[in-house]
Amino acid sequence: MAKITMREAISQALMEEMDRDPAVFIIGEEVGVWGGTYAVTKGFYDKYGPQRVKDTPIAEAAIIGAAIGAAMVGQRPIAELMTINFAFSAMEHIVNQAPKLRYMFGGQFSVPMVIRAVGGGGRQLGATHSQTPDAIFAHFPGLKVVSPGTPEDAKGLLKSAIRSNDPILFIEHATMYQVRGDVPDGEYLIPIGKSKVQREGKDVTIVTYSKGLELSVRAAEELSKEGIEAEIVDLRTLRPLDMEPVLESFKKTNRAVVVEEGWKSYGVGSEISSRIYEEAFDYVDAPIRRVAQKEVPLPYNRTLEQAALPQVHDIIDAVKEVLK
Amino acid sequence: MKKEQQLDLYYQMVLIRRVEERGAELYQAGKIGGFMHLYIGQEAVSTGLIAAREPRDRVITAYRDHGVALNCGISANQVMAELLGKVTGTSKGKGGSMHMASVEKNMWGGHAIVGAHLPIASGLALGDQYAGNDNVTICMFGDGATNIGYFHEALNVAKTWGLRVLWVCENNMYGMGTTVERASAVAEIRQRAEGYNMKSGRVDGMDVMKVYEASKEAIDYVRGNSQSYLLEVMTYRFRGHSMGDPERYRKQEEVKKWQENDPIGIFRKHLIEKKTATAKALDEIEARVEDEVNKAVEFAEASPEPPMEELFKDIYAE
Repeated sequence: MAKITMREAISQALMEEMDRDPAVFIIGEEVGVWGGTYAVTKGFYDKYGPQRVKDTPIAEAAIIGAAIGAAMVGQRPIAELMTINFAFSAMEHIVNQAPKLRYMFGGQFSVPMVIRAVGGGGRQLGATHSQTPDAIFAHFPGLKVVSPGTPEDAKGLLKSAIRSNDPILFIEHATMYQVRGDVPDGEYLIPIGKSKVQREGKDVTIVTYSKGLELSVRAAEELSKEGIEAEIVDLRTLRPLDMEPVLESFKKTNRAVVVEEGWKSYGVGSEISSRIYEEAFDYVDAPIRRVAQKEVPLPYNRTLEQAALPQVHDIIDAVKEVLK
Repeated sequence: MKKEQQLDLYYQMVLIRRVEERGAELYQAGKIGGFMHLYIGQEAVSTGLIAAREPRDRVITAYRDHGVALNCGISANQVMAELLGKVTGTSKGKGGSMHMASVEKNMWGGHAIVGAHLPIASGLALGDQYAGNDNVTICMFGDGATNIGYFHEALNVAKTWGLRVLWVCENNMYGMGTTVERASAVAEIRQRAEGYNMKSGRVDGMDVMKVYEASKEAIDYVRGNSQSYLLEVMTYRFRGHSMGDPERYRKQEEVKKWQENDPIGIFRKHLIEKKTATAKALDEIEARVEDEVNKAVEFAEASPEPPMEELFKDIYAE
């Protein structure tokens, strides 16, 4: 075991897969000479050269379109979106092309492509650069949406994503690159589409992923001091959604809080709570609570921005609410 | 061009015409659903163009794709079966009129969102460049697609990265019901190439031999120079934009005038005048096509519907 940052974990996954398979290449804005705007691909350009670490113009439809086409003819591109907010400029290709091509042409085409996108708020970037629109992308069959909450998961899931023959949106949280965690030595893979219990507890189930995991762990530690033991289920993959560990935990605790950074309406929490009601209604002891972003475009001002984003105390309050 | 190949081009053009005429009948009879866009009038474009490619050159096009599919060597049986939504169709009945493809024939799809396949075409060419081969990607689209942003993004990276793409704009003078003049800042689509420092050409799309010659030259240039090329092909669709087009945007006299320039009629006259073929020989080709299309309709009608398990198949590879 080594303790490394999320950034190092992602970087290691990319490098290991590029070393393993010459069909893997990186394409995106400032991934090469600059070294990646979040420094994830620092040093890659010198090691692999301009063809395998391909800088592009600021043209998201061209980036994703190019990755789709190259994937269709047998390469394994990793397209990087500097922020997930720029995904909207390539929405057609992310949701209306990549996820449809296999099905619509009777199984003839494969799109083995990963789109790495940096998401999340909390850095005072204003409303257009701070969104957590993960749920939108998880709406589309044919696309897989992965979003890790620990360095270990980030590395293992990204390696699996690169080896997958399906188009995968891999969402990294902008404020988590410095998060440290233990990562196994040597090569390992973590399967896509598997939720995981990250903390065991008996009193309440917290369902979350990505940044929400960090907040939920801190909330659980606080709650523990008051004798409340929360079990945390990390979704890790939003589509395909693995409800088994969620339902198993809920059947034990009978109470749940869903934590996400995106807006509440039509969000991940809506989906998870509905599924619990549909599939484990007999086990419900209290209404499920959702902790999410306030329904506003994120403001620049730090105090206002933090007030809009879900906080540790919001999770603690919600847990106490469901335990009433 | 050798006589046999010229006769084959004639056969292909007549085949497209008859497949679509029968398709229109089946559509009116309610046997074909959704949108269907006929290629009738434009047959010389893809026939001449695709005749100029090597089999390893990739083809990708928009939703007016029946002709392109047939030119690429997809059988009339498969095209007709796809139109009828049958499991024996090119896309197992899950794509329909606008989504014909065959990896085996290097035909990478009819694509239904205007302009969206252009960045993907750049990607096909990028994949080939990455693999180190000199395959050419032939990307066809209508005049309407040149006004959407994808066109710009795709041509810009193609030129910047030295991708081997032959961009073929089929200018049939209307994007749905809007004339080129009402939609485009430049009157000649080829002018747009200048903004990308890209070589371009313009050719009469009603004459299959002229299309073939221009395409051959363009493909050689793209392959030899590792550069993109924009070829504008002037053509006209004799039918509406799609089935059920009231055609309020153009006069019947205009359509009639163009129909006098029927690409099949022009080529037929050419073949007879040059003594490449007798009228009788061409009639025989037409009879052969008639028979082939009858059989394709029979095949499609007799083919089974996709089984219910197809509903959940091929969403993911794994």
